[in-house]
Amino acid sequence: MNNSIAKEKIVSLRKKRSLEDMRFKYYGFTAMCLSLAVLVFLLYTIFSKGYTAFQKTIVLLEVDYNQEVLKLTPDSSDEDMEKGKFFRVKKQAIENFFPDLSKSDIKLVKKLFSINVDKEIKDYFLDNPEVINTKQQIWVTAHSDVDQLLKGNSRRDVPEDRRKLNDIQLSYVDQLVEENRVKQVFNNFFFTKADSRHPEIAGVAGSFMGSLFTLFTVFILSFPIAIGASVYLEEFAPKNRITELIEVNISNLAAVPSIVFGLLGLGVLLNVFGLPRSTPLVGGSVLALMTLPTIIIACRASLKAVPPSIKEGALAVGATKTQAVFHHVVPLALPGTLTGTIIGLAQALGETAPLIMIGMIAFIPNIPTGLTEPSAALPVQIYLWVESAERGFQEKSAAAIMVILIFLFMMNAIAVFLRNRFERKW
Amino acid sequence: MFFWSLVLIAVGIFSSFIYGRSRIKLNSKKQGTKSKSLPNYYAQYVLMWCLFPALIVYFSWAIFQEQIIQNIVISNFEYIEGAVYNEGLLLAEIRNVANNPSFADGKSIEIINAAAHYSSLRQISQISFYTSIIIIMLLGALYASQKLKPEFHAQHTIEKYIQYILIFCSSVAIFTTIGIVFSLIFESLRFFAEVSIFEFLFSTEWYPFIPIREGQTAAEGSFGAVPIFAGTFLVMVVAMCVAAPLGLLTAIYLAEYASQRVRKIVKPLLEILAGIPTIVYGFFAFVSVAPFVKAFGQSIGIDASPTSALAAGMVMGVMIIPFISSLSDDVINSVPQSLREASLGIGANKAETIKKVILPAALPGIVGAFLLAISRAIGETMIVVVAAGTAPNLTGNPFENVTTVTVQIVVALIGDQEFDNPRTLSAFALGLVLFVITLFLNIIALQIVKRYRERYE
Repeated sequence: MNNSIAKEKIVSLRKKRSLEDMRFKYYGFTAMCLSLAVLVFLLYTIFSKGYTAFQKTIVLLEVDYNQEVLKLTPDSSDEDMEKGKFFRVKKQAIENFFPDLSKSDIKLVKKLFSINVDKEIKDYFLDNPEVINTKQQIWVTAHSDVDQLLKGNSRRDVPEDRRKLNDIQLSYVDQLVEENRVKQVFNNFFFTKADSRHPEIAGVAGSFMGSLFTLFTVFILSFPIAIGASVYLEEFAPKNRITELIEVNISNLAAVPSIVFGLLGLGVLLNVFGLPRSTPLVGGSVLALMTLPTIIIACRASLKAVPPSIKEGALAVGATKTQAVFHHVVPLALPGTLTGTIIGLAQALGETAPLIMIGMIAFIPNIPTGLTEPSAALPVQIYLWVESAERGFQEKSAAAIMVILIFLFMMNAIAVFLRNRFERKW
Repeated sequence: MFFWSLVLIAVGIFSSFIYGRSRIKLNSKKQGTKSKSLPNYYAQYVLMWCLFPALIVYFSWAIFQEQIIQNIVISNFEYIEGAVYNEGLLLAEIRNVANNPSFADGKSIEIINAAAHYSSLRQISQISFYTSIIIIMLLGALYASQKLKPEFHAQHTIEKYIQYILIFCSSVAIFTTIGIVFSLIFESLRFFAEVSIFEFLFSTEWYPFIPIREGQTAAEGSFGAVPIFAGTFLVMVVAMCVAAPLGLLTAIYLAEYASQRVRKIVKPLLEILAGIPTIVYGFFAFVSVAPFVKAFGQSIGIDASPTSALAAGMVMGVMIIPFISSLSDDVINSVPQSLREASLGIGANKAETIKKVILPAALPGIVGAFLLAISRAIGETMIVVVAAGTAPNLTGNPFENVTTVTVQIVVALIGDQEFDNPRTLSAFALGLVLFVITLFLNIIALQIVKRYRERYE
């Protein structure tokens, strides 16, 4: 009797315990899935907000290249053509854009076009000078407000005073759509232009080049220094207090917040050494100091992975220690050190705060061509666009994020490739 | 200057190498003895003597040229009596005029004179820069070539030099730390000369608006950083509430339950989460999470602001999940298998083994991981800059706007920086606090992890 009760108890307890076990496993599984779900949601958000930025809206405009309005003749020199009165041609084109426009409506219609239209009309003419005194149908860039409306990013059902486009402008846009005079094409500006106050002609080319120059500086500074430091610590350093101090220092530097490195750049590189502000040179130096610990740790790991027998072999045939290390150990560790460097560079690419500190947040409307020229960087550009009140910049920031993520993905792919291709198992 | 001088140095080292090589071959032929080292070592010796002095000149020129020129220009400036000058603005003006003659219109004669002085000094500096680099390289090569005798042990010397270079490389980390500490302390001292340290640490009013121009009727600034510390703490707590359970449970699942295949897929995915730049998380917080938090707050009757501690903290929590999970994963994996087997052997099931045996054994390591994660959360900038707001609220309500140390550093340094204004300097004081706290957390965490590792090794 007692026996069966005890047995029942044990069975129920066991059931309870295994249920508990199941539940615990389920918790862990849920936690993992949640973390991954956030990743998916994050990527989905970026893609869904950003893919529209790869398209721009263009409008068909009839331009009359009248020689009197332009103040040019068919045989004007190239220099004169540069100075043609294209803004007057544009004004005329917009006045005749819709039949019977009143004066106040002309102003409103003007706001449907990008600021860049003057230049587009001019460039078209400079490419085809024979169109003088003819009427041409040209596709020109629409204003960001029109662009956002047609992409469905800004809504038309909100009250008029909270919209960028008022009712009259909306009716004109609708008329354009009906007459098939607008279409969406690939947004080449996004990849060829630098930052701008006008979302429709803002691009990532400037900040992309800035990031490339910055990464170049990081690589030039951190790769040799990291290899030197790790070779010294791994192969030559005597076991004493100073070596220990350096090692503690490196592991602590790896955990210092990046913004503190920005303060270092501001306080020392800019104020004491007087290096030029907002330049990839300074940004790269700060990021190099920041990524140095990461790269050193990776380099040391790959130096450690080279078996001691190789060094000993070299020493045994009479090489000096320096020769053994530099002729035999370092070349074998090189793929590993390169992998570590690329991972460090990927970290540097995404870093924003230190660059803000040293002034790479300035508005730079042209594409930088050198290390000592003021420039933006991709992550800072994203920050500027996220903070911008203008609606058209939001899709740009998401698209710029896609660019930076693809860039990061490629760097990591190269690192993995290097590791798989060249890493030797001993 | 930048590019051509590098070309000059490159040409110099190339020719010095060739020169050294041929010279030692010639010398040993003359004496009829073999040289003690291979010819390449002698060439390297000449090269080093050519390169390093030139590099020193190069960098000191790059660093000090502008400042010296500016000092000379300013000290020779013909001040008009009675007029008040701002040195920084004056210099900027002079530089503008010197770099771009079209700015000269309408500028006073003394500025135009100073600009001319400035450009002439720049020119002199350029010329003397090139000549001194060439002279230094020649002198270096000359000195080295005197030693190019067959009985000279070039290889030993080179190896000694290489040692010095390596030591220099490893000490860069120490120089960096020294630079950080000194720049933070130096600027903070200037800040604390104007604001008392007790006010900074214990007062609860943060209004860093000091009248910049005379007669501007702004309130006197006050620099009590308590609301900022409280905001940082609040965001950090929210982040840890998200990251600690998710990260730890994920780590337990991956280490104890998941099959090899799942681990192989999930770990790289978590690494992606760790590799995403923080500004991307900031964008995510701003675009998706903050509106959601606001709507959620309204639905339960709390008036949430569009930027809130909750939104920023939640996203920051997501950011540190992979950090916690990978560190805890390592820690759990390093618990000896024998403990696991003993527990299972006496009849405990997996969950009981984990809860009663593995977690207690791994606890120090997990605490260390959490401390490192906290230090990450405190030092994180971009998420809070975008999503937490800038208003210094002393509140425990996560639906409200709060501000953090990092946000205030960024806010103080965006725009005009004036290093005689406590508002700009406050960034360095806050940076110092941040540096000290994160350093403290790291040292403790690393100690705990290290001791824990030793226990099971």
